[in-house]
Amino acid sequence: MTTSKAGKQAPATVSITLNGKARAVGTGLSVAGLLGELELEPGMVVVERNREILARDAIATTPVEDGDRIELVHFVGGG
Amino acid sequence: METTGHPDPTFAIADRTFTSRLIVGTGKYRTNREMVDAIRASGAEMVTVAVRRVDLDRSVEEGILHHLDPAEFFLLPNTAGCYTAADALRYARLGRAAGLNDWVKLEVIGDERTLLPDTAATLEAARELVAEGFKVMAYTNDDLITALRLEDAGCVAVMPLASPIGSGLGVVNPYYIREIKRRLSVPIIVDAGVGTASDACVTMEQGVDGVLMNTAIAAAEDPVGMARAMKLAVRAGRDAYLAGRMEARDIAVPSSPRGGMLE
Repeated sequence: MTTSKAGKQAPATVSITLNGKARAVGTGLSVAGLLGELELEPGMVVVERNREILARDAIATTPVEDGDRIELVHFVGGG
Repeated sequence: METTGHPDPTFAIADRTFTSRLIVGTGKYRTNREMVDAIRASGAEMVTVAVRRVDLDRSVEEGILHHLDPAEFFLLPNTAGCYTAADALRYARLGRAAGLNDWVKLEVIGDERTLLPDTAATLEAARELVAEGFKVMAYTNDDLITALRLEDAGCVAVMPLASPIGSGLGVVNPYYIREIKRRLSVPIIVDAGVGTASDACVTMEQGVDGVLMNTAIAAAEDPVGMARAMKLAVRAGRDAYLAGRMEARDIAVPSSPRGGMLE
């Protein structure tokens, strides 16, 4: 699935699951780029990609790949 | 401090020292403004927060860090809403990855109606989190044996409930709370069930180190007013505990002299 971007006619988008919902995002996007598109400050959210927490300094260099399951979480009110 | 007789020094949980024995949650407030005002009025230094998905349909990110300054309050991430040890570990790790601290309020729920803890799963998660270097404050029921096991597991504080979360029923079993306090060395924070100021006071009169509450303040008609009341009640309960109460009797004893009455 992840080899598609090197293929003959690379699709303009990849399909990911973002916070439980299917979503198409542009190819070649980094996780930082995805946060940028969503207008989220990297310092305010925690990213989990395919069940692994992404360190803050890896956000810029980690690509968003087809089939990725990405969770974006933050702190909310709670007891 | 205006009390005489008994000094009431600050108390420590792990490597942190606190002056306020009141810990408050941040859930269920009508507005963020009201939440911040109430927390300030409560005098709490430690404040709990939950980990949840960012709502991507919202125009602005509504994370609590936009309203609460981690430099002003010590934010304690919780694992609220988790029903398995595995989920609690996931949420705890996500909370730590936010980069504020390595503390967690561990909570593994076992039953939807009562929100009572799954103590076996809590213990399992506590052991793993301690091994991963977390400072674990564990929410549990008022069972002494579980409390002892959680202490053995390395939790920095054990937090038995007064009564079910959000119930406002107050301390249903003061004897068990006292026994847990008597038998454990780590700080005991009574977490959940306080409904009003008298409950907070009674809780502190059991000799515990602190009390954690959310709904009692957030769901009051005037949360800021209730937060102030809770601050005083926790203080009053602590002072009363330190002062040592009189013995209760089944019979009246006059306060004025029996002698010296007119013929």
